[in-house]
Amino acid sequence: MLAKRIIPCLDVKDGRTVKGTRFKDLRDAGDPAELARIYCEQKADELVFLDITATNEKRRVLVDLVSKVAAAIDIPFTVGGGINSVDDIGLLLGAGADKVSINSAALDDPQVLADASKCFGSQCVVLAIDAKRSGNGWEAYKNGGRVSAGMDAVEWARVGTSFGAGEILLTSIDADGAKKGFDLELYRSVASAVAVPVIASGGAGTKDHFLEIFQECDADAALAATVFHFKEIEVPALKRWLNACGIAVRM
Amino acid sequence: MRTAIVKYNSGNVRSVKYAFDRLGAETVLTDDPEILTTSDRVVFPGVGEASTAMAYLRERELDNVIKALRQPVLAICLGMQLLGRTSEESNTACLDVLPFAVRRLEGRGIKVPHMGWNTIHDLTSPIFEGIADSEQLYFVHSYYVENCAATIAKTFHGQTFSAAVRHANFYGLQFHPERSGPAGARILENFLNL
Repeated sequence: MLAKRIIPCLDVKDGRTVKGTRFKDLRDAGDPAELARIYCEQKADELVFLDITATNEKRRVLVDLVSKVAAAIDIPFTVGGGINSVDDIGLLLGAGADKVSINSAALDDPQVLADASKCFGSQCVVLAIDAKRSGNGWEAYKNGGRVSAGMDAVEWARVGTSFGAGEILLTSIDADGAKKGFDLELYRSVASAVAVPVIASGGAGTKDHFLEIFQECDADAALAATVFHFKEIEVPALKRWLNACGIAVRM
Repeated sequence: MRTAIVKYNSGNVRSVKYAFDRLGAETVLTDDPEILTTSDRVVFPGVGEASTAMAYLRERELDNVIKALRQPVLAICLGMQLLGRTSEESNTACLDVLPFAVRRLEGRGIKVPHMGWNTIHDLTSPIFEGIADSEQLYFVHSYYVENCAATIAKTFHGQTFSAAVRHANFYGLQFHPERSGPAGARILENFLNL
């Protein structure tokens, strides 16, 4: 039976892990390769690295980081943040990343999803959607949640997967950092619009929130950062508890 | 003992090499036919798209080199699928080492790609020594190999299909041992010890 995935997310800047609240006020939570190894030992199912470095050094620093992480761990990991082209993707996959996540570049031109999935297979192309509530629905945002792309998030999920994205990393901007639970309505709307796996992100504060997204929405995977980095929730205890509640997880 | 990893336009050659490095194996990443042919073990990794991968292999005549290998060969994910006759992915003619056809995963209520940790069952090969039935391994793929005479492990996602195959010296794994934690590492170790 396919297990539900628990995915710690590591935001990295200049090679260090950081995590903010509602995408601001960043705090330093340590060395990425070291954290990766700890999560791996704790039986995290995957890791996601989101690079928020804005300098010209970005690409070299990120490729170095990916090589270090790939050598250190034996679980899959995804890298995202400012990935623009098939060349970028090739470099990161070549350095040992298993998947790449693409956000703003795909909103600017979804063809990058098609090109990447043709070159490397759709299974390694993750479409990251940052969604913010607007009226009765949600709008997709780009540039780290700062700029509205003027597109309905659910429709964008449908379009993005038709271009070849093999997975969706769905973040609720409203819920992110608030620790009041995942946005179940957003998850349901997107997951029912596409056939690919969808990772729920944004809002995890307690173990109950994870149970909720798996029980109420049959989510494929749930991602969190702060609660894991600061040990408010530990992955092994979370998995034991989910397992006791009847959720299929990797033990 | 030297293990050659086929270097081609597959996404994950590096993580496969790292996984063998962690086991202390002597590995070489190469597309040199001479080195491939004379190594003690050959690993044929694969993350990517079938037609793109086959075009690359044909252009460099690596297709015939791989087919002619006589030492133990470990084909991973797309690598395993390319051992078959044809793939529905871009209607690609593959290496034809094994007679199977590769089909697209479809079905009501299942997510495609099949992505995540799934259990393997009905293990019938020494490559699974020390691996329990229902062990969880990491899968990520949209196409599958039907259960057939070569099947040495099965999994289930909407339907049952081959998690692993073996024909003569060729071993194929649909899951990613290099990304499957300690169980995956054990399978790679078993391959080195075949």
